[in-house]
Amino acid sequence: MVTVRATLPGRALRFPWLRGEHFTGLVLISPTFLYAIALLAVPLLAVVLFSFWTQDYLRIDRTFTFVNYKEAWSEPIYQLLMLRSLAIAAVTTVVTILLAYPIAYFVSFHVHRRKSLWIFLITIPFWTSYLLRVFLWKVILGYNGVLNSTLEWLGVIKQPLTFILYNANAVVITLAHAWAPFAILPIYVALERIDRSLLEAAKDLGDGPFRRFWRVTLPLSMGGVVAAFLIVFIPTIGDYVTPRLVGGTDGLMIANMIQAQFGKANNKPLGAALAISAMLIVTSIALLIFWLNRRFTPGQR
Amino acid sequence: MSDAHTPKWLSAYAIGYLVFLYAPVLLLPIFAFNDSAIINFPLKGFTTQWFEGLWTTEALHSAVRNSLFVALTTCTISTVLGVCAARASTRYHFPAKRGIMGLIMVPLVLPEIIVAVSLLVVLIQLGLDLSLWSVILGHVLICVPFSIAVLASAFKNFDRSLEEASLDLGVGRVATFFRITLPLVAPGIISSLLITFTISLDEFIIAFFLTGTDATLPVYIWSQLRFTARLPGVMALGTILLTISLLLLILAEWFRRWSARRSGADLESGTGGLY
Repeated sequence: MVTVRATLPGRALRFPWLRGEHFTGLVLISPTFLYAIALLAVPLLAVVLFSFWTQDYLRIDRTFTFVNYKEAWSEPIYQLLMLRSLAIAAVTTVVTILLAYPIAYFVSFHVHRRKSLWIFLITIPFWTSYLLRVFLWKVILGYNGVLNSTLEWLGVIKQPLTFILYNANAVVITLAHAWAPFAILPIYVALERIDRSLLEAAKDLGDGPFRRFWRVTLPLSMGGVVAAFLIVFIPTIGDYVTPRLVGGTDGLMIANMIQAQFGKANNKPLGAALAISAMLIVTSIALLIFWLNRRFTPGQR
Repeated sequence: MSDAHTPKWLSAYAIGYLVFLYAPVLLLPIFAFNDSAIINFPLKGFTTQWFEGLWTTEALHSAVRNSLFVALTTCTISTVLGVCAARASTRYHFPAKRGIMGLIMVPLVLPEIIVAVSLLVVLIQLGLDLSLWSVILGHVLICVPFSIAVLASAFKNFDRSLEEASLDLGVGRVATFFRITLPLVAPGIISSLLITFTISLDEFIIAFFLTGTDATLPVYIWSQLRFTARLPGVMALGTILLTISLLLLILAEWFRRWSARRSGADLESGTGGLY
Protein backbone atom coordinates (compact mmCIF):
# COMPACT_ATOMS: atom_id res chain seq x y z
CA MET A 1 0.00 0.00 0.00
CA VAL A 2 1.14 3.48 -0.82
CA THR A 3 1.30 6.29 1.69
CA VAL A 4 -0.53 9.52 1.07
CA ARG A 5 2.54 11.43 2.20
CA ALA A 6 4.36 10.55 -0.97
CA THR A 7 2.07 12.78 -3.00
CA LEU A 8 2.59 15.92 -0.95
CA PRO A 9 4.42 18.61 -2.93
CA GLY A 10 6.43 19.57 0.18
CA ARG A 11 8.52 16.46 -0.22
CA ALA A 12 9.75 17.70 -3.55
CA LEU A 13 11.62 20.49 -1.79
CA ARG A 14 13.27 18.16 0.67
CA PHE A 15 13.96 15.40 -1.84
CA PRO A 16 15.45 16.75 -5.06
CA TRP A 17 14.68 13.51 -6.93
CA LEU A 18 11.02 14.38 -6.62
CA ARG A 19 11.46 17.42 -8.84
CA GLY A 20 10.83 17.45 -12.56
CA GLU A 21 9.47 14.24 -14.09
CA HIS A 22 8.52 12.59 -10.82
CA PHE A 23 6.93 15.68 -9.39
CA THR A 24 4.84 16.47 -12.47
CA GLY A 25 3.71 12.86 -12.63
CA LEU A 26 2.64 12.84 -9.00
CA VAL A 27 0.83 16.16 -9.27
CA LEU A 28 -1.00 14.91 -12.33
CA ILE A 29 -2.03 11.60 -10.79
CA SER A 30 -2.99 13.11 -7.43
CA PRO A 31 -6.65 14.13 -8.15
CA THR A 32 -7.51 10.61 -9.34
CA PHE A 33 -5.40 9.01 -6.61
CA LEU A 34 -6.91 11.13 -3.84
CA TYR A 35 -10.38 10.32 -5.15
CA ALA A 36 -9.58 6.61 -4.95
CA ILE A 37 -8.17 7.06 -1.43
CA ALA A 38 -11.17 9.03 -0.19
CA LEU A 39 -13.90 6.96 -1.85
CA LEU A 40 -12.38 3.51 -2.08
CA ALA A 41 -9.56 2.94 0.44
CA VAL A 42 -11.12 4.88 3.31
CA PRO A 43 -14.62 3.40 2.83
CA LEU A 44 -13.19 -0.12 2.67
CA LEU A 45 -11.34 0.51 5.94
CA ALA A 46 -14.55 1.95 7.36
CA VAL A 47 -16.42 -1.25 6.49
CA VAL A 48 -13.73 -3.29 8.24
CA LEU A 49 -14.07 -1.10 11.33
CA PHE A 50 -17.86 -1.16 11.12
CA SER A 51 -17.88 -4.97 10.98
CA PHE A 52 -16.39 -5.06 14.50
CA TRP A 53 -19.23 -2.99 15.94
CA THR A 54 -22.79 -4.00 16.75
CA GLN A 55 -26.19 -2.54 16.08
CA ASP A 56 -29.04 -2.32 18.51
CA TYR A 57 -32.09 -1.37 16.45
CA LEU A 58 -31.01 2.10 15.21
CA ARG A 59 -28.11 2.75 17.56
CA ILE A 60 -24.59 1.67 16.60
CA ASP A 61 -22.57 0.33 19.54
CA ARG A 62 -18.89 1.07 18.90
CA THR A 63 -17.46 -1.50 21.28
CA PHE A 64 -14.93 -3.66 19.48
CA THR A 65 -16.21 -7.24 19.14
CA PHE A 66 -15.82 -10.32 16.95
CA VAL A 67 -19.47 -11.27 17.41
CA ASN A 68 -20.44 -10.51 13.79
CA TYR A 69 -17.64 -12.63 12.38
CA LYS A 70 -18.51 -15.43 14.77
CA GLU A 71 -22.09 -15.30 13.51
CA ALA A 72 -21.07 -14.95 9.86
CA TRP A 73 -18.78 -17.98 9.98
CA SER A 74 -20.77 -20.29 12.26
CA GLU A 75 -24.47 -19.80 11.47
CA PRO A 76 -25.55 -22.56 9.03
CA ILE A 77 -27.53 -20.11 6.86
CA TYR A 78 -24.52 -17.88 6.21
CA GLN A 79 -22.24 -20.87 5.68
CA LEU A 80 -24.74 -22.27 3.19
CA LEU A 81 -25.07 -19.00 1.30
CA MET A 82 -21.33 -18.48 1.19
CA LEU A 83 -20.59 -22.00 -0.04
CA ARG A 84 -23.39 -21.80 -2.57
CA SER A 85 -22.11 -18.45 -3.85
CA LEU A 86 -18.65 -19.96 -4.24
CA ALA A 87 -20.03 -23.04 -5.98
CA ILE A 88 -22.30 -21.07 -8.32
CA ALA A 89 -19.53 -18.60 -9.15
CA ALA A 90 -17.04 -21.43 -9.79
CA VAL A 91 -19.44 -23.38 -12.02
CA THR A 92 -20.47 -20.19 -13.82
CA THR A 93 -16.86 -19.27 -14.44
CA VAL A 94 -15.94 -22.69 -15.80
CA VAL A 95 -19.04 -22.83 -18.03
CA THR A 96 -18.46 -19.28 -19.26
CA ILE A 97 -14.84 -20.01 -20.16
CA LEU A 98 -15.63 -23.35 -21.82
CA LEU A 99 -18.27 -21.62 -23.96
CA ALA A 100 -16.06 -18.60 -24.63
CA TYR A 101 -12.82 -20.32 -25.60
CA PRO A 102 -13.98 -21.76 -28.95
CA ILE A 103 -15.47 -18.43 -30.03
CA ALA A 104 -12.28 -16.54 -29.09
CA TYR A 105 -10.32 -19.21 -30.96
CA PHE A 106 -12.62 -18.91 -33.96
CA VAL A 107 -12.23 -15.13 -34.20
CA SER A 108 -8.47 -15.23 -33.61
CA PHE A 109 -7.58 -18.08 -35.97
CA HIS A 110 -10.38 -18.31 -38.51
CA VAL A 111 -11.62 -14.77 -39.04
CA HIS A 112 -9.12 -13.02 -41.24
CA ARG A 113 -10.43 -9.65 -42.26
CA ARG A 114 -13.28 -8.48 -40.07
CA LYS A 115 -11.88 -9.32 -36.63
CA SER A 116 -12.81 -6.09 -34.91
CA LEU A 117 -16.31 -6.30 -36.37
CA TRP A 118 -16.70 -9.74 -34.78
CA ILE A 119 -15.44 -8.45 -31.44
CA PHE A 120 -17.86 -5.54 -31.72
CA LEU A 121 -20.73 -7.95 -32.54
CA ILE A 122 -19.87 -10.05 -29.50
CA THR A 123 -19.91 -7.08 -27.14
CA ILE A 124 -23.03 -5.26 -28.39
CA PRO A 125 -25.62 -7.26 -26.40
CA PHE A 126 -23.81 -6.36 -23.19
CA TRP A 127 -24.37 -2.68 -23.46
CA THR A 128 -28.11 -3.10 -23.07
CA SER A 129 -29.68 -2.80 -19.65
CA TYR A 130 -28.26 -5.46 -17.34
CA LEU A 131 -31.52 -5.71 -15.39
CA LEU A 132 -33.53 -6.31 -18.53
CA ARG A 133 -31.09 -8.89 -19.88
CA VAL A 134 -31.40 -10.88 -16.65
CA PHE A 135 -35.15 -10.42 -16.64
CA LEU A 136 -35.39 -11.65 -20.24
CA TRP A 137 -33.70 -14.89 -19.22
CA LYS A 138 -36.59 -15.34 -16.83
CA VAL A 139 -38.90 -14.91 -19.84
CA ILE A 140 -36.86 -17.44 -21.83
CA LEU A 141 -36.50 -20.08 -19.10
CA GLY A 142 -39.94 -19.76 -17.47
CA TYR A 143 -42.66 -22.45 -17.20
CA ASN A 144 -44.56 -20.90 -20.12
CA GLY A 145 -41.38 -19.32 -21.37
CA VAL A 146 -39.87 -19.01 -24.81
CA LEU A 147 -37.72 -22.13 -24.51
CA ASN A 148 -40.49 -24.37 -23.18
CA SER A 149 -43.12 -23.22 -25.65
CA THR A 150 -40.68 -23.62 -28.55
CA LEU A 151 -39.67 -27.12 -27.46
CA GLU A 152 -43.31 -28.11 -26.96
CA TRP A 153 -44.23 -26.70 -30.34
CA LEU A 154 -41.39 -28.69 -31.90
CA GLY A 155 -42.67 -31.76 -30.08
CA VAL A 156 -39.37 -32.33 -28.27
CA ILE A 157 -41.01 -32.29 -24.84
CA LYS A 158 -44.54 -32.99 -23.58
CA GLN A 159 -44.28 -31.26 -20.20
CA PRO A 160 -42.55 -27.91 -19.67
CA LEU A 161 -39.06 -28.24 -18.22
CA THR A 162 -38.99 -26.98 -14.65
CA PHE A 163 -35.35 -27.49 -13.73
CA ILE A 164 -34.23 -24.41 -15.63
CA LEU A 165 -35.86 -21.60 -13.65
CA TYR A 166 -35.84 -20.49 -10.01
CA ASN A 167 -32.78 -22.50 -9.06
CA ALA A 168 -29.02 -22.48 -9.30
CA ASN A 169 -29.10 -23.73 -12.93
CA ALA A 170 -30.93 -20.60 -13.99
CA VAL A 171 -28.38 -18.45 -12.17
CA VAL A 172 -25.51 -20.23 -13.93
CA ILE A 173 -27.10 -19.91 -17.40
CA THR A 174 -27.91 -16.24 -16.89
CA LEU A 175 -24.50 -15.34 -15.48
CA ALA A 176 -22.69 -17.33 -18.21
CA HIS A 177 -24.50 -15.08 -20.66
CA ALA A 178 -23.98 -11.87 -18.71
CA TRP A 179 -20.21 -12.34 -18.36
CA ALA A 180 -19.47 -13.85 -21.77
CA PRO A 181 -17.49 -10.94 -23.26
CA PHE A 182 -15.37 -10.63 -20.13
CA ALA A 183 -14.20 -14.18 -20.78
CA ILE A 184 -13.93 -13.92 -24.57
CA LEU A 185 -11.81 -10.77 -24.69
CA PRO A 186 -8.85 -11.78 -22.49
CA ILE A 187 -8.68 -15.21 -24.17
CA TYR A 188 -8.88 -13.59 -27.60
CA VAL A 189 -6.08 -11.16 -26.73
CA ALA A 190 -3.90 -14.05 -25.47
CA LEU A 191 -4.58 -16.07 -28.64
CA GLU A 192 -3.74 -13.08 -30.83
CA ARG A 193 -0.34 -12.80 -29.15
CA ILE A 194 0.66 -16.35 -30.01
CA ASP A 195 3.51 -16.43 -32.49
CA ARG A 196 2.01 -18.27 -35.48
CA SER A 197 5.40 -19.61 -36.50
CA LEU A 198 5.39 -21.85 -33.42
CA LEU A 199 2.33 -23.60 -34.85
CA GLU A 200 4.02 -23.89 -38.23
CA ALA A 201 6.99 -25.47 -36.48
CA ALA A 202 4.77 -27.96 -34.64
CA LYS A 203 3.10 -28.80 -37.94
CA ASP A 204 6.40 -29.29 -39.73
CA LEU A 205 7.54 -31.56 -36.94
CA GLY A 206 4.53 -33.75 -37.56
CA ASP A 207 2.05 -32.72 -34.86
CA GLY A 208 -1.59 -33.14 -35.84
CA PRO A 209 -4.15 -30.35 -35.25
CA PHE A 210 -5.21 -31.76 -31.89
CA ARG A 211 -1.69 -32.20 -30.49
CA ARG A 212 -0.77 -28.79 -31.86
CA PHE A 213 -3.64 -27.24 -29.96
CA TRP A 214 -2.94 -29.21 -26.79
CA ARG A 215 0.81 -28.64 -26.70
CA VAL A 216 1.19 -25.17 -28.22
CA THR A 217 -2.00 -23.09 -28.45
CA LEU A 218 -3.62 -24.01 -25.14
CA PRO A 219 -0.55 -23.57 -22.89
CA LEU A 220 0.30 -20.27 -24.58
CA SER A 221 -3.23 -18.97 -24.07
CA MET A 222 -3.45 -19.99 -20.39
CA GLY A 223 -2.64 -16.43 -19.31
CA GLY A 224 -5.83 -15.26 -21.00
CA VAL A 225 -7.83 -18.13 -19.49
CA VAL A 226 -6.61 -17.26 -16.00
CA ALA A 227 -7.39 -13.57 -16.55
CA ALA A 228 -10.87 -14.57 -17.76
CA PHE A 229 -11.32 -16.77 -14.70
CA LEU A 230 -10.53 -13.93 -12.32
CA ILE A 231 -12.54 -11.33 -14.24
CA VAL A 232 -15.64 -13.55 -14.22
CA PHE A 233 -15.25 -15.28 -10.86
CA ILE A 234 -14.70 -12.24 -8.66
CA PRO A 235 -17.77 -10.19 -9.61
CA THR A 236 -20.16 -13.15 -10.01
CA ILE A 237 -19.71 -14.08 -6.34
CA GLY A 238 -21.13 -10.70 -5.42
CA ASP A 239 -23.98 -10.66 -7.92
CA TYR A 240 -27.30 -9.54 -6.51
CA VAL A 241 -29.70 -9.12 -9.41
CA THR A 242 -29.44 -12.54 -11.06
CA PRO A 243 -30.07 -14.72 -7.99
CA ARG A 244 -32.87 -12.42 -6.97
CA LEU A 245 -34.66 -12.52 -10.34
CA VAL A 246 -34.08 -16.09 -11.57
CA GLY A 247 -32.65 -17.92 -8.56
CA GLY A 248 -35.79 -18.65 -6.54
CA THR A 249 -35.06 -19.51 -2.91
CA ASP A 250 -32.55 -22.25 -3.75
CA GLY A 251 -30.50 -19.91 -5.88
CA LEU A 252 -30.05 -17.01 -3.46
CA MET A 253 -26.48 -15.92 -2.88
CA ILE A 254 -24.43 -14.03 -0.33
CA ALA A 255 -25.04 -10.59 -1.88
CA ASN A 256 -28.77 -11.02 -1.30
CA MET A 257 -28.07 -11.63 2.38
CA ILE A 258 -25.72 -8.64 2.60
CA GLN A 259 -28.40 -6.45 1.08
CA ALA A 260 -30.99 -7.86 3.47
CA GLN A 261 -28.77 -7.00 6.45
CA PHE A 262 -28.46 -3.44 5.19
CA GLY A 263 -32.19 -3.33 4.46
CA LYS A 264 -35.02 -5.28 6.09
CA ALA A 265 -32.99 -7.30 8.62
CA ASN A 266 -31.36 -4.03 9.68
CA ASN A 267 -28.12 -5.39 11.06
CA LYS A 268 -25.58 -3.36 9.15
CA PRO A 269 -22.46 -4.45 11.08
CA LEU A 270 -23.33 -8.09 10.36
CA GLY A 271 -23.84 -7.15 6.70
CA ALA A 272 -20.41 -5.51 6.75
CA ALA A 273 -18.85 -8.63 8.32
CA LEU A 274 -20.45 -10.80 5.62
CA ALA A 275 -19.18 -8.47 2.90
CA ILE A 276 -15.64 -8.45 4.31
CA SER A 277 -15.67 -12.24 4.73
CA ALA A 278 -16.81 -12.71 1.14
CA MET A 279 -14.14 -10.32 -0.05
CA LEU A 280 -11.41 -12.13 1.91
CA ILE A 281 -12.45 -15.50 0.51
CA VAL A 282 -12.57 -14.17 -3.06
CA THR A 283 -9.20 -12.45 -2.70
CA SER A 284 -7.49 -15.54 -1.32
CA ILE A 285 -8.90 -17.72 -4.11
CA ALA A 286 -7.82 -15.15 -6.69
CA LEU A 287 -4.31 -15.00 -5.26
CA LEU A 288 -4.12 -18.79 -5.14
CA ILE A 289 -5.10 -19.09 -8.80
CA PHE A 290 -2.69 -16.34 -9.76
CA TRP A 291 0.10 -18.15 -7.91
CA LEU A 292 -0.79 -21.57 -9.36
CA ASN A 293 -0.72 -20.11 -12.84
CA ARG A 294 2.72 -18.59 -12.31
CA ARG A 295 3.99 -21.79 -10.84
CA PHE A 296 2.69 -24.31 -13.33
CA THR A 297 2.14 -22.63 -16.67
CA PRO A 298 5.21 -22.55 -18.88
CA GLY A 299 6.21 -19.27 -20.46
CA GLN A 300 4.86 -17.11 -17.63
CA ARG A 301 7.23 -14.53 -16.26
CA MET B 1 -2.27 -19.75 -38.96
CA SER B 2 -1.94 -21.26 -42.40
CA ASP B 3 -5.04 -23.42 -41.96
CA ALA B 4 -7.19 -22.11 -44.77
CA HIS B 5 -10.24 -24.19 -43.93
CA THR B 6 -12.37 -23.63 -40.88
CA PRO B 7 -13.85 -26.79 -39.35
CA LYS B 8 -17.61 -26.90 -39.95
CA TRP B 9 -18.40 -27.52 -36.29
CA LEU B 10 -16.48 -24.40 -35.31
CA SER B 11 -18.39 -22.15 -37.71
CA ALA B 12 -21.65 -23.73 -36.57
CA TYR B 13 -20.64 -23.16 -32.97
CA ALA B 14 -19.79 -19.52 -33.65
CA ILE B 15 -23.24 -18.94 -35.12
CA GLY B 16 -24.94 -20.85 -32.30
CA TYR B 17 -23.04 -18.77 -29.77
CA LEU B 18 -24.14 -15.52 -31.41
CA VAL B 19 -27.75 -16.74 -31.20
CA PHE B 20 -27.22 -17.40 -27.47
CA LEU B 21 -25.73 -13.91 -27.03
CA TYR B 22 -28.47 -12.13 -28.93
CA ALA B 23 -31.50 -14.19 -27.83
CA PRO B 24 -32.52 -12.02 -24.85
CA VAL B 25 -31.81 -8.79 -26.67
CA LEU B 26 -33.91 -9.77 -29.68
CA LEU B 27 -36.88 -10.66 -27.48
CA LEU B 28 -37.02 -7.11 -26.18
CA PRO B 29 -38.48 -5.41 -29.29
CA ILE B 30 -40.63 -8.47 -30.02
CA PHE B 31 -42.51 -8.17 -26.73
CA ALA B 32 -42.47 -4.38 -26.82
CA PHE B 33 -44.68 -4.44 -29.93
CA ASN B 34 -46.74 -7.48 -28.91
CA ASP B 35 -50.41 -6.76 -28.25
CA SER B 36 -50.69 -8.73 -25.01
CA ALA B 37 -50.28 -7.79 -21.37
CA ILE B 38 -48.52 -11.11 -20.72
CA ILE B 39 -44.90 -11.62 -21.76
CA ASN B 40 -45.43 -14.93 -23.45
CA PHE B 41 -45.60 -16.83 -26.73
CA PRO B 42 -47.55 -17.13 -29.00
CA LEU B 43 -47.53 -13.48 -30.06
CA LYS B 44 -50.92 -11.75 -30.33
CA GLY B 45 -50.63 -8.79 -32.67
CA PHE B 46 -48.84 -5.54 -33.34
CA THR B 47 -49.34 -2.52 -31.09
CA THR B 48 -47.54 0.65 -30.10
CA GLN B 49 -49.70 1.17 -27.00
CA TRP B 50 -46.88 0.24 -24.61
CA PHE B 51 -44.72 3.01 -26.05
CA GLU B 52 -47.61 5.47 -25.82
CA GLY B 53 -48.12 4.53 -22.18
CA LEU B 54 -44.57 5.64 -21.40
CA TRP B 55 -45.39 9.24 -22.35
CA THR B 56 -47.86 9.57 -19.51
CA THR B 57 -45.86 7.87 -16.73
CA GLU B 58 -44.61 10.71 -14.52
CA ALA B 59 -42.42 8.48 -12.28
CA LEU B 60 -40.55 7.31 -15.38
CA HIS B 61 -39.92 10.86 -16.55
CA SER B 62 -38.40 11.89 -13.24
CA ALA B 63 -36.28 8.70 -13.21
CA VAL B 64 -35.01 9.58 -16.69
CA ARG B 65 -34.17 13.13 -15.54
CA ASN B 66 -32.35 11.78 -12.47
CA SER B 67 -30.41 9.26 -14.51
CA LEU B 68 -29.41 11.85 -17.11
CA PHE B 69 -28.18 14.14 -14.35
CA VAL B 70 -26.22 11.33 -12.69
CA ALA B 71 -24.79 10.01 -15.97
CA LEU B 72 -23.79 13.43 -17.32
CA THR B 73 -22.09 14.46 -14.06
CA THR B 74 -20.42 11.06 -13.72
CA CYS B 75 -19.06 11.00 -17.26
CA THR B 76 -17.67 14.51 -16.94
CA ILE B 77 -15.94 13.97 -13.58
CA SER B 78 -14.62 10.51 -14.41
CA THR B 79 -13.26 11.63 -17.78
CA VAL B 80 -11.43 14.58 -16.15
CA LEU B 81 -9.95 12.21 -13.54
CA GLY B 82 -9.25 9.72 -16.32
CA VAL B 83 -7.36 12.31 -18.38
CA CYS B 84 -5.12 13.18 -15.41
CA ALA B 85 -4.37 9.54 -14.62
CA ALA B 86 -3.94 8.39 -18.22
CA ARG B 87 -1.63 11.29 -18.98
CA ALA B 88 0.39 10.72 -15.79
CA SER B 89 0.72 6.98 -16.37
CA THR B 90 1.67 7.15 -20.06
CA ARG B 91 3.95 10.19 -20.01
CA TYR B 92 5.65 10.33 -16.60
CA HIS B 93 7.55 8.11 -14.23
CA PHE B 94 6.87 8.68 -10.57
CA PRO B 95 7.40 6.82 -7.30
CA ALA B 96 4.96 4.04 -6.40
CA LYS B 97 3.39 4.25 -9.86
CA ARG B 98 2.28 0.61 -9.89
CA GLY B 99 0.70 0.84 -6.45
CA ILE B 100 -1.12 4.08 -7.22
CA MET B 101 -2.42 2.88 -10.59
CA GLY B 102 -3.32 -0.45 -8.98
CA LEU B 103 -5.50 1.23 -6.36
CA ILE B 104 -7.22 3.38 -8.98
CA MET B 105 -7.98 0.34 -11.17
CA VAL B 106 -9.19 -1.87 -8.27
CA PRO B 107 -12.93 -1.18 -8.85
CA LEU B 108 -12.62 -3.20 -12.08
CA VAL B 109 -12.19 -6.39 -10.06
CA LEU B 110 -14.23 -5.53 -7.00
CA PRO B 111 -17.81 -6.82 -6.76
CA GLU B 112 -20.01 -3.74 -7.12
CA ILE B 113 -21.91 -4.65 -3.98
CA ILE B 114 -18.70 -4.10 -1.97
CA VAL B 115 -18.30 -0.61 -3.44
CA ALA B 116 -21.95 0.11 -2.66
CA VAL B 117 -21.79 -1.21 0.90
CA SER B 118 -18.55 0.61 1.74
CA LEU B 119 -19.82 3.96 0.48
CA LEU B 120 -23.10 3.43 2.32
CA VAL B 121 -21.29 2.74 5.59
CA VAL B 122 -19.23 5.94 5.25
CA LEU B 123 -22.24 8.07 4.39
CA ILE B 124 -24.18 6.66 7.35
CA GLN B 125 -21.25 7.28 9.69
CA LEU B 126 -20.87 10.84 8.48
CA GLY B 127 -24.60 11.29 8.95
CA LEU B 128 -25.05 12.44 5.35
CA ASP B 129 -28.32 12.03 3.52
CA LEU B 130 -28.44 9.75 0.52
CA SER B 131 -29.06 11.59 -2.72
CA LEU B 132 -28.22 11.52 -6.38
CA TRP B 133 -24.81 12.89 -5.42
CA SER B 134 -24.00 9.79 -3.37
CA VAL B 135 -24.83 7.72 -6.47
CA ILE B 136 -22.51 9.94 -8.53
CA LEU B 137 -19.64 9.41 -6.05
CA GLY B 138 -19.95 5.65 -6.49
CA HIS B 139 -20.39 5.78 -10.25
CA VAL B 140 -17.29 7.94 -10.74
CA LEU B 141 -15.31 5.37 -8.77
CA ILE B 142 -16.28 2.49 -11.08
CA CYS B 143 -16.14 4.58 -14.28
CA VAL B 144 -12.61 6.01 -13.86
CA PRO B 145 -10.83 2.69 -14.66
CA PHE B 146 -12.79 2.40 -17.92
CA SER B 147 -12.01 6.00 -18.78
CA ILE B 148 -8.30 5.40 -18.12
CA ALA B 149 -8.33 2.27 -20.27
CA VAL B 150 -9.77 4.20 -23.22
CA LEU B 151 -7.62 7.30 -22.72
CA ALA B 152 -4.34 5.50 -22.02
CA SER B 153 -4.38 4.05 -25.54
CA ALA B 154 -5.08 7.51 -26.98
CA PHE B 155 -2.25 9.11 -24.98
CA LYS B 156 0.16 6.26 -25.64
CA ASN B 157 -0.26 6.35 -29.38
CA PHE B 158 0.18 9.97 -30.17
CA ASP B 159 3.39 11.46 -31.48
CA ARG B 160 5.24 13.10 -28.61
CA SER B 161 7.54 15.07 -30.93
CA LEU B 162 4.60 17.39 -31.65
CA GLU B 163 4.58 18.41 -27.99
CA GLU B 164 8.34 18.77 -27.95
CA ALA B 165 8.20 20.98 -31.04
CA SER B 166 5.67 23.19 -29.31
CA LEU B 167 7.83 23.43 -26.18
CA ASP B 168 10.93 24.18 -28.27
CA LEU B 169 9.05 27.00 -29.95
CA GLY B 170 8.60 28.60 -26.55
CA VAL B 171 4.98 27.69 -25.82
CA GLY B 172 4.46 26.98 -22.12
CA ARG B 173 3.68 23.51 -20.76
CA VAL B 174 0.07 24.31 -19.90
CA ALA B 175 -0.58 26.05 -23.22
CA THR B 176 1.01 23.13 -25.06
CA PHE B 177 -1.23 20.69 -23.24
CA PHE B 178 -4.37 22.60 -24.17
CA ARG B 179 -3.32 23.52 -27.73
CA ILE B 180 -1.49 20.39 -28.87
CA THR B 181 -2.10 17.43 -26.60
CA LEU B 182 -5.78 17.84 -25.84
CA PRO B 183 -6.95 18.32 -29.46
CA LEU B 184 -4.95 15.24 -30.48
CA VAL B 185 -6.58 13.02 -27.88
CA ALA B 186 -10.02 14.64 -28.27
CA PRO B 187 -11.54 11.55 -29.95
CA GLY B 188 -10.35 9.45 -27.02
CA ILE B 189 -11.96 11.90 -24.63
CA ILE B 190 -15.25 11.78 -26.49
CA SER B 191 -15.24 8.01 -26.50
CA SER B 192 -14.44 8.00 -22.75
CA LEU B 193 -17.38 10.35 -22.14
CA LEU B 194 -19.72 8.12 -24.12
CA ILE B 195 -18.61 4.89 -22.44
CA THR B 196 -18.72 6.21 -18.89
CA PHE B 197 -22.10 7.81 -19.64
CA THR B 198 -23.43 4.44 -20.80
CA ILE B 199 -22.02 2.59 -17.77
CA SER B 200 -23.52 5.09 -15.32
CA LEU B 201 -26.88 5.08 -17.10
CA ASP B 202 -27.14 1.31 -16.72
CA GLU B 203 -25.60 0.82 -13.26
CA PHE B 204 -28.04 -0.67 -10.76
CA ILE B 205 -26.49 -1.99 -7.53
CA ILE B 206 -24.70 1.17 -6.43
CA ALA B 207 -27.72 3.28 -7.32
CA PHE B 208 -29.98 0.81 -5.48
CA PHE B 209 -27.95 1.15 -2.26
CA LEU B 210 -27.11 4.82 -2.44
CA THR B 211 -30.11 6.52 -3.96
CA GLY B 212 -32.32 8.35 -1.52
CA THR B 213 -35.86 9.13 -2.57
CA ASP B 214 -34.89 9.94 -6.15
CA ALA B 215 -34.86 6.75 -8.22
CA THR B 216 -32.54 6.45 -11.20
CA LEU B 217 -33.76 4.66 -14.31
CA PRO B 218 -32.48 1.16 -13.40
CA VAL B 219 -33.88 1.54 -9.87
CA TYR B 220 -37.23 2.52 -11.43
CA ILE B 221 -37.11 -0.48 -13.78
CA TRP B 222 -36.32 -2.76 -10.82
CA SER B 223 -39.40 -1.49 -9.00
CA GLN B 224 -41.53 -2.17 -12.08
CA LEU B 225 -40.34 -5.76 -12.59
CA ARG B 226 -42.48 -6.86 -9.65
CA PHE B 227 -45.74 -5.87 -11.33
CA THR B 228 -46.81 -8.18 -14.16
CA ALA B 229 -49.08 -5.50 -15.61
CA ARG B 230 -46.16 -3.10 -16.02
CA LEU B 231 -43.93 -5.53 -17.91
CA PRO B 232 -44.94 -4.69 -21.50
CA GLY B 233 -44.18 -1.05 -20.70
CA VAL B 234 -40.79 -2.09 -19.34
CA MET B 235 -40.15 -3.98 -22.60
CA ALA B 236 -40.98 -0.84 -24.59
CA LEU B 237 -38.69 1.21 -22.37
CA GLY B 238 -35.94 -1.39 -22.77
CA THR B 239 -36.29 -1.20 -26.56
CA ILE B 240 -35.81 2.56 -26.47
CA LEU B 241 -32.78 2.21 -24.17
CA LEU B 242 -31.32 -0.48 -26.42
CA THR B 243 -31.58 1.78 -29.45
CA ILE B 244 -30.00 4.70 -27.60
CA SER B 245 -27.07 2.69 -26.22
CA LEU B 246 -26.47 1.14 -29.64
CA LEU B 247 -26.24 4.59 -31.19
CA LEU B 248 -23.92 5.81 -28.40
CA LEU B 249 -21.66 2.78 -28.78
CA ILE B 250 -21.41 2.99 -32.52
CA LEU B 251 -20.51 6.65 -32.03
CA ALA B 252 -17.92 5.76 -29.36
CA GLU B 253 -16.40 3.05 -31.56
CA TRP B 254 -16.30 5.45 -34.49
CA PHE B 255 -14.48 8.07 -32.39
CA ARG B 256 -12.08 5.47 -31.08
CA ARG B 257 -11.18 4.35 -34.59
CA TRP B 258 -10.84 7.93 -35.71
CA SER B 259 -8.56 8.59 -32.76
CA ALA B 260 -6.52 5.47 -33.48
CA ARG B 261 -6.21 6.37 -37.16
CA ARG B 262 -5.14 9.89 -36.23
CA SER B 263 -2.36 8.60 -34.07
CA GLY B 264 -1.46 5.90 -36.57
CA ALA B 265 -2.24 2.89 -34.39
CA ASP B 266 -2.92 -0.51 -35.81
CA LEU B 267 -6.69 -0.94 -35.71
CA GLU B 268 -6.86 -4.71 -35.68
CA SER B 269 -4.54 -5.05 -32.68
CA GLY B 270 -6.48 -2.50 -30.68
CA THR B 271 -9.42 -4.13 -29.00
CA GLY B 272 -8.21 -2.24 -25.94
CA GLY B 273 -10.42 0.70 -26.81
CA LEU B 274 -13.64 -0.36 -25.23
CA TYR B 275 -12.27 -2.51 -22.47
